[in-house]
Amino acid sequence: MNKYTELFISIIFLLTVSSTVFAGELVIKGSTTVLPIAQKAAEAYMAEHPDVKISLSGGGSGNGIKAIIDGTANIGNASRFIKQKEVNLAGTKGVYPVPFRIALDAIVPVVNKNNAVTDVTLTQLKDIYLGKIKDWKEVSGTPGKIVVISRDSSSGTFGVWKDLVMKKERVIPSALTVPSNGGIVQAVANTPGAIGYVGLGYLSDGIKAVKVDGIAGSEESTLNGSFPISRGLFMFTKGWPTGDIMGFLSFILSKKGQDLVKEAGSIPLF
Amino acid sequence: MKRQHIDKGVQSGFLLVALFSITALSLIMVFLFMEGLPILEHVNIKEFIFGKYWYPTDDPADFGILALIAGSVCVTLLSGLMAIPLGIMTAVYLAEIASPRVAEIVKPIVELMASLPSVVIGFFGMVVVAPFIQKLFNIPVGLNMFNASLMLAFMSIPTICSLSEDAIFSVPRALKEASFALGATHFETIVKVIIPASLSGICTAVILGLSRALGETMVVLMAAGGAAMMPTSIFDPVRPLPASIAAEMAEAPFRSEHYHALFAIGIVLFVFTFIFNLIADYISYKFRQVGEASL
Repeated sequence: MNKYTELFISIIFLLTVSSTVFAGELVIKGSTTVLPIAQKAAEAYMAEHPDVKISLSGGGSGNGIKAIIDGTANIGNASRFIKQKEVNLAGTKGVYPVPFRIALDAIVPVVNKNNAVTDVTLTQLKDIYLGKIKDWKEVSGTPGKIVVISRDSSSGTFGVWKDLVMKKERVIPSALTVPSNGGIVQAVANTPGAIGYVGLGYLSDGIKAVKVDGIAGSEESTLNGSFPISRGLFMFTKGWPTGDIMGFLSFILSKKGQDLVKEAGSIPLF
Repeated sequence: MKRQHIDKGVQSGFLLVALFSITALSLIMVFLFMEGLPILEHVNIKEFIFGKYWYPTDDPADFGILALIAGSVCVTLLSGLMAIPLGIMTAVYLAEIASPRVAEIVKPIVELMASLPSVVIGFFGMVVVAPFIQKLFNIPVGLNMFNASLMLAFMSIPTICSLSEDAIFSVPRALKEASFALGATHFETIVKVIIPASLSGICTAVILGLSRALGETMVVLMAAGGAAMMPTSIFDPVRPLPASIAAEMAEAPFRSEHYHALFAIGIVLFVFTFIFNLIADYISYKFRQVGEASL
């Protein structure tokens, strides 16, 4: 074998290797809702297993599942369950995605802190987002136009909202859309007539959580299943996980891992 | 003989460099069309451009971008209404009226405005301007077309101003002197001689400023409100084309209908800016001032 062929082969080899994932290195991608959990868990796991290197990135639930199917990540985070379309796509590529529910999250409707409304029903929420209820006086508040704020149609939070509140019907086109949970907090805090929805971990001073069907969104009401707008947070793997991937998932599902889930602002499974 | 060789070498070297950047750009264009055109398997062009509903993740999905196009056009026009007079008048002031000392201070400030990152302007619009205009006009929400246009005007004023200023500055001195010699006042000279003489440059400046506003993403993503509806007043929230791409691309499943639709929006945006550039080219060619005799 002459020098050039050798060089050529080694370059080809390098190219193939660098495009796949190294052993001992975990790549985690996906939902920004799951990201804080993954971050805390990864730090703790790497401290216990110095030989494992974990790299994390966001990009959204769709990207997380996409990354599993493409093989560009070991674990794909998602704040929703996998969609039928994605299962089909995985099927055509011979990939079998395995879901792990690692935490719970509740989506809480929020209004401006000066708003008098404290309680709405799920049906009223739906009608507000359908544009049938336009004024706060229709839900026993002080008269004023309701400013409907929603998330972008491809966000995982929106997907859950659409399934659990809208029951697959369409949010009115005139609803403002904001690209993040933080953006909703900002917009609702600045707009007296606004209504929006955020993950439980994002409740803060300028906004007020509203009860749904008389039940306040909290850790307890999510765990016992009484709060109607709650969801599971998932990590997906390509096929049944082995080695470090399994190790990492078992760690998150252990008592220690679930404590980290709580620390990250989501609701632990137990 | 040797010198000719060097010459040839330099020539082909530059050709290579030029080809490289042109190839890269045209490959991006090819990619844009390759990823965008497959949407036509799901909707026809008419439904795509003139469809009123944009529900890309529904099942069945609606891919109508008329509301998004309307959002882009309205925001750009409104920002143009604010930026064009301000930009041109500032340019006239700087080139003709201001004393050299004032111009020396004001010019760098205008150019500094051009270097403000768009995300900073967008954030300013969202956090400071939105609550302010909401109280000022007593409207339900501050994230709307007016807010976004105002922020975009901020961004296009420096472009319009500095390009127009260059055009005004390069008007031959003899024209101005001739006008004064005929007894025209300074104002008459500006309006009737200097501006017509630099019109092609000013038009190019305006169109480049507008195309910057049209393609700007961060500002409209943060300040326009993002509602995919046909605006009925300047205080309605809108969702311009670039904002849709930026907000949705990250979550659109790879090579799905939604993904192709977003690339198709990219094509529409490309066509818009391309037309703008063609107009700018045409105007600068048609109204080009050759020498001093053609006015």
